[in-house]
Amino acid sequence: MIESGKFGKYGGIFAPELLIPALEELESAFLKYKDDKKFNQELDYYLKEFAGRPTNLYLAKNLSQKMGCRIYLKREDMLHTGAHKINNTLGQGLLAKYMGKKRLIAETGAGQHGIATAAVGALFGMPTDVYMGMEDVKRQRLNVFRMEISGAKVIPVETGSKTLKDAINQSMRDWMTNVQDTHYLIGSTMGFHPYPTMVKHFQTVIGKETKNQILEKEKKLPDVIIACVGGGSNAIGIFSEFIQDSEVELIGVEGGGHGIDSGNHGATLCAGSEGVLHGSLSYVLQDTDGQICEAHSVSAGLDYPGVGPEHAYLHTKRRARYVNVTDSEALRGFQLLSRYEGIMPALESAHAVAYMEKYAQKPENKGKTIVVNLSGRGDKDMFLAASILGVEV
Amino acid sequence: MNFKKQKHYPGEIHPNTLETYDEMFKRLKKNKKGAFVPFIVAGDPDFETSIQIVKTLLESGADALEIGFAFSDPVADGPTIQESDLRALDSGMNTQKSFEFIKRIREFTSIPIGLLVYYNLIYKKGVDEFYKEAKKCGVTSILSADLPPEEAEEALQAAEKYNINQIFLVAQTTQKNRLDKICQMASGFIYLVSVMGVTGARKEVQNSTVDLIKRIRNHSDLPVMVGFGISKSSHVKDVIQAGAQGAIVGSAIIELISKNLDKPELMLQEIKKETSKMKEATLIEVI
Ligand SMILES: Cc1ncc(COP(=O)(O)O)c(C=O)c1O
Repeated sequence: MIESGKFGKYGGIFAPELLIPALEELESAFLKYKDDKKFNQELDYYLKEFAGRPTNLYLAKNLSQKMGCRIYLKREDMLHTGAHKINNTLGQGLLAKYMGKKRLIAETGAGQHGIATAAVGALFGMPTDVYMGMEDVKRQRLNVFRMEISGAKVIPVETGSKTLKDAINQSMRDWMTNVQDTHYLIGSTMGFHPYPTMVKHFQTVIGKETKNQILEKEKKLPDVIIACVGGGSNAIGIFSEFIQDSEVELIGVEGGGHGIDSGNHGATLCAGSEGVLHGSLSYVLQDTDGQICEAHSVSAGLDYPGVGPEHAYLHTKRRARYVNVTDSEALRGFQLLSRYEGIMPALESAHAVAYMEKYAQKPENKGKTIVVNLSGRGDKDMFLAASILGVEV
Repeated sequence: MNFKKQKHYPGEIHPNTLETYDEMFKRLKKNKKGAFVPFIVAGDPDFETSIQIVKTLLESGADALEIGFAFSDPVADGPTIQESDLRALDSGMNTQKSFEFIKRIREFTSIPIGLLVYYNLIYKKGVDEFYKEAKKCGVTSILSADLPPEEAEEALQAAEKYNINQIFLVAQTTQKNRLDKICQMASGFIYLVSVMGVTGARKEVQNSTVDLIKRIRNHSDLPVMVGFGISKSSHVKDVIQAGAQGAIVGSAIIELISKNLDKPELMLQEIKKETSKMKEATLIEVI
């Protein structure tokens, strides 16, 4: 490998030997094409014409008025396939095409990344297999159908906790077996190098646009940026452009599940400890021996016992602050944004909204300019939300 | 000194009398045999049955043992070994009990014992602390399936400090430069991954495996043991005839465990039968 893939001491390449040549090949292709003019022209074309970039930075007037702040929403929910995930899948899908790979595989939790990968598989004519935990298959039936109608094969994973972590295990095993013609399209800033760096690269478009847009609208940088953190891709995507601007507060919101004390949560940075999972050293939810625990969150996209290594770095450096909100608080965020702005957020993004409300309610934060990264839309969660709210649909 | 396997020597561990890989390979060479190395997960299906399984493997003529410490997310392993890990965890195994398991085995054998441990279990305990404990229990070597040379500095230091062989994997996809580097770092033996993919029983040994055995033999004096996908006595024979010094067999044995969970007697019988055949297949035929 050319680079070590480290963020401070976090990250790295904790991969089985079989995968090393594939990771070397991927790293060198990524380093070659990331600044390649033709590659970037083509990627920009698809981001604009296929995915619908740029997304708006929308001033949420009603909420701003209610909270006494200036609240902006970065509308990644308006993207094709419904979430920021498409930024990364287009980037990696195109890279795989340039590398001459014939087949895509992906893991998915909520299904958003699976759908975005399926769409790119259809777009580029590449057969696509998506691994999805059986629990998530049940929670997100509609998304399974969406992937299948785009021609992807959804493979339910029955092992372990039957959620995202096991879907990742299974994808890695597939890749080890079919490494020559297959690209493993990891959906977040996690895994072995070069994935955390590469996925971040393809998601920085969020932060770049946001910076230009806020400077145009407010003539200054925002006071705070709030994003939800599962593996950490939408958060790092919007944070990255502001990391150097030390006056901008960066807040990552993890899935608090039933609350940290209950032990049922996905709040890896808030309540986990250092460990090696899925190829990198980062924070993980684990027992005293290092056995990985099952995470819990109402939103499948935050239901992961690990987190991207760069977030571990920002956390220990105290450049970003990580908090969590519970399932029921997130549901309140979901209702709040729907009710006041007519925008239904994904339950993942609803965590960021819920924390925004808490933040804005503090007297010292009155009048601040807040950007919330609205990573996805709520369509996929409507059945779940209705059933929690006791409504039959 | 004669390091013939000492079955059932009771009492304490005598580190000085434990057989090294070097000594094992020399002993085998003299007898014109390759090494048969069975792999099981410590504590599958439970601590005591697992001990009985180890005794059975020794009776079949195992030349060394590979013992896995159960891990919740064994990404380099196929479904058979993953289930084995989960059964062991369900039966209450953890790192401390796995070390106790090794100590128990050391009460009745002096042949080399290699550990297969996912790196998080080592990292969480503290690398130095883990190797120290391993040494105390009589461990000969440690292999972490998810620890390539790039990340192995700390482990190598501890391995050297406690005189434990650090084992590395080599695969068909490993390029020449890298192979050189791994051969330099490794000690004990080179673990050759015979298939593209994860552990699990396979139908036949691939030609590319045979080529790779030759490639490594040209690169290094370290003995080569072939694992992943070796599931029949004919595979054992094939890889040894191709020039490997030994074969490591996991999934095929563990399948006999999972198949006979409610019939422990039959389980031990079947393991005895299968593994005896595998040991017999290690005889090098001069053609
Ligand atoms: C809408 C949405 N937001 C956020 C996430 C969490 O992922 P990440 O932390 O990588 O942004 C997901 C994951 O599926 C998602 O679908």
